[in-house]
Amino acid sequence: MLQAIADIVRLDGAEKHFGAVRALNGVDFHVGAGECVGLVGHNGAGKSTLMHMVAGTLRPDGGQIAVRGNQEAAYSVARALELGIRCVFQELSLCPNLSVAENTRINHPSLLGFSWRRKAADLIQAKLDEIFPDHGISADDIAGDLSIGRRQMVEVARAFTLTREPLHLVILDEPTSSLDAHTAGQLLAFVRRFVASGGSCILISHVLGEVLQNADRIVVMRDGKVVAADAAGAFDRDKLVAAMGGAEGHQRTAKETRKAEAGALRVRARPARQQDGKELVARAGEIIGLAGLAGHGQTDLLLAIFSAASRAKAGIEVTAPVALVAGDRQSDGIFAQWSIAQNIGIRSLARLRNGLLISPQREAELAEFWKKKIGIRTPDMSNNIYSLSGGNQQKALFARALGSDAEIVLMDDPMRGVDIGTKLEVYDLVREEAAKGRTFLWYTTETEELDNCDHVYVFKNGRIVANLRRDELTEEKIIQSSFGDAA
Amino acid sequence: MTAIAPGTLPKSSPRGSAARARMLRSLLPALSLALVLMAIAWLNPRAISYFGFNLMLNLAIPIALATIAQMFVIAGNELDLSIGTFVGFVGCVTATWLRDAPLIGIAVVVGSIAVYALLGALIHLRNLPSIVVTLGMSFVWQGLAILILPKPGGKAPDWLLAIMAFKPPYIPFPILAALLIAIVVHFGLMRTSYGVILRGSGGNAAALRRAGWSLLRTKIVLFALTGVFGVLSGMALIGITTSADANIGNGYTLLSIAGVILGGGEFVGGRVSPIGAVLGALTLALAASPLLTFMHIPPDWQVAANGAILIIVLAARVLISRRER
Repeated sequence: MLQAIADIVRLDGAEKHFGAVRALNGVDFHVGAGECVGLVGHNGAGKSTLMHMVAGTLRPDGGQIAVRGNQEAAYSVARALELGIRCVFQELSLCPNLSVAENTRINHPSLLGFSWRRKAADLIQAKLDEIFPDHGISADDIAGDLSIGRRQMVEVARAFTLTREPLHLVILDEPTSSLDAHTAGQLLAFVRRFVASGGSCILISHVLGEVLQNADRIVVMRDGKVVAADAAGAFDRDKLVAAMGGAEGHQRTAKETRKAEAGALRVRARPARQQDGKELVARAGEIIGLAGLAGHGQTDLLLAIFSAASRAKAGIEVTAPVALVAGDRQSDGIFAQWSIAQNIGIRSLARLRNGLLISPQREAELAEFWKKKIGIRTPDMSNNIYSLSGGNQQKALFARALGSDAEIVLMDDPMRGVDIGTKLEVYDLVREEAAKGRTFLWYTTETEELDNCDHVYVFKNGRIVANLRRDELTEEKIIQSSFGDAA
Repeated sequence: MTAIAPGTLPKSSPRGSAARARMLRSLLPALSLALVLMAIAWLNPRAISYFGFNLMLNLAIPIALATIAQMFVIAGNELDLSIGTFVGFVGCVTATWLRDAPLIGIAVVVGSIAVYALLGALIHLRNLPSIVVTLGMSFVWQGLAILILPKPGGKAPDWLLAIMAFKPPYIPFPILAALLIAIVVHFGLMRTSYGVILRGSGGNAAALRRAGWSLLRTKIVLFALTGVFGVLSGMALIGITTSADANIGNGYTLLSIAGVILGGGEFVGGRVSPIGAVLGALTLALAASPLLTFMHIPPDWQVAANGAILIIVLAARVLISRRER
């Protein structure tokens, strides 16, 4: 049945090695015209490597690639663009020093001449309006000034702008990881429209619901191989998780109720823009969720609590040391030049000291402990942090916070772009640490994660609009509060 | 659950303040120039005149050109430590061969720009730190300059002297030249479509490669442009001083870097401003000797005072940039 659809791109026996690591181990993969293919798998399963090949940014070590039935011997980025294949990469690829319009120009060599600037601005503005009505982005904004969610919106819209080159296939690698539910919905609706009009799409996402609902066909990868591929209707959530492997044992242990005794007060905070008496209260051993649309003051409150820990601040009371797990790990979390062990140890320097100097031995011990405990997949903790996949980098950042003396851990949507296996491992760890008396404040854009929380505060326009207990928590309630005029 | 009106989103507050801080930063070069000018006007009102500006800003043109040269490499996240001795080398060529054997002179000048382009290619292909490569090159240029002109001397070509002695009505020549340089480079780097690619290579090189652009080419173009403006700087300098010396440009390396940073540029990230760089160069040129002379600082102390001014101005810039965070 699928043979009837003309292939846009087809890979046969694609292989790729990075040193001793086999990232791709003979993969057959194809995308038909007018088809949305969902691609799922753990971080490190080879999804991104495969997509880099389709986009032409990586050359396969073995196997063949054919576009519209023609073998491509010298496939490259330029050739892929010429053939109408584009990719929105997971790591943001905007130039932060350029404006939105200028960033659009980078993808369109044909935007030339005296009026290129206006043409580029019109192009991106129209596409943003089409995909994300009410986006609030101007073509003159400098990309670096935009929030991570808005940068992702620009990047997605840019991939769909049209000039001289044709547009047949767009690869979306975690396109919704930094978007809130509202904008993610707008994007996925647009993808459906694009596919309905004959375009093709590859959708990579760790939010399995998105893939199940929007893909026509789903391909599951594991350890550099395709392990399952079928029409989307043939899968459900459990089947997908099972095919991806490794996550079965963790299913929903979160639901077991925990004793609701009140621990010592750890944090009492009122957002700066709060006008009524509502405030956030967190006690020892609690996991507190911060929900609502992205960018409605959750991060601001976390940062305010973080700074209140070292310097008294009006309206915020913090009674224990604080650690922050950043959401934008590339810019706020990772020390790019440092090893994994150094990245973990930085929050605990006082304990790692031996006289005036840092003891490399204690640093290595701390790192080794967390490598085992949290399962960081690396042969050597003294490797550079960038040798890890994205999910493992995030684990290292968790290890940094959990390995410190902090009794309060602030999490600023740290799970974006992390695969489900890693997520479940971290959820377990968070609950385990909470049971030991640590307090977690957890901002997340993924509603499913709130299941792990004892209490959820919903934010809107920088204010707390609702305070939900675990047993009264439903997605509808959160959406209602995020969009309602008043609580 | 109807769509929220765009106005109700808590937008523009972080973005607005970032834009404000950037505005402040882009005004800083103009402000510091105004401050230095006011100090001069207060110390010696007669200096603020057609003749006074001609005299005070005499050396500003080569400094501005060298600063622009430096700005191009900085736009690509590199640094050129050889620009000073390169200006000196070009000066020596200008004062000797360009006058006596114009064809050889032109060939040498064009060849030196080609060397710059090759350096860019080498730095990109071998992934070498530009600081090391250009530091090495600075000794090469210096050595060549001494070979060409072992003792101070030589003479600038007449056409060059004529250009630099040009006295336009009303507006002093150095100001006119600075305006021209700023506008031409601003248009070329900030407004053209390929200028975007050049700046983008400093902002996010990986993104550019993924969009199918050649980073080798951007690096070569940036270094070649540095060579071109280095040549212009050396020629302008000899047009003013009329004769050359192998060490004549040595101070320009640090002056040019300071000028770029003072003008709102940053060492990494492709954030540069041609207009700011020219203003920065003018500020440095004025703060260098005219201001200090008017303040009756003895020549022995002028170099140290010059350094102090540099530190103060750059510190002010750092303070303002920090607010941006």
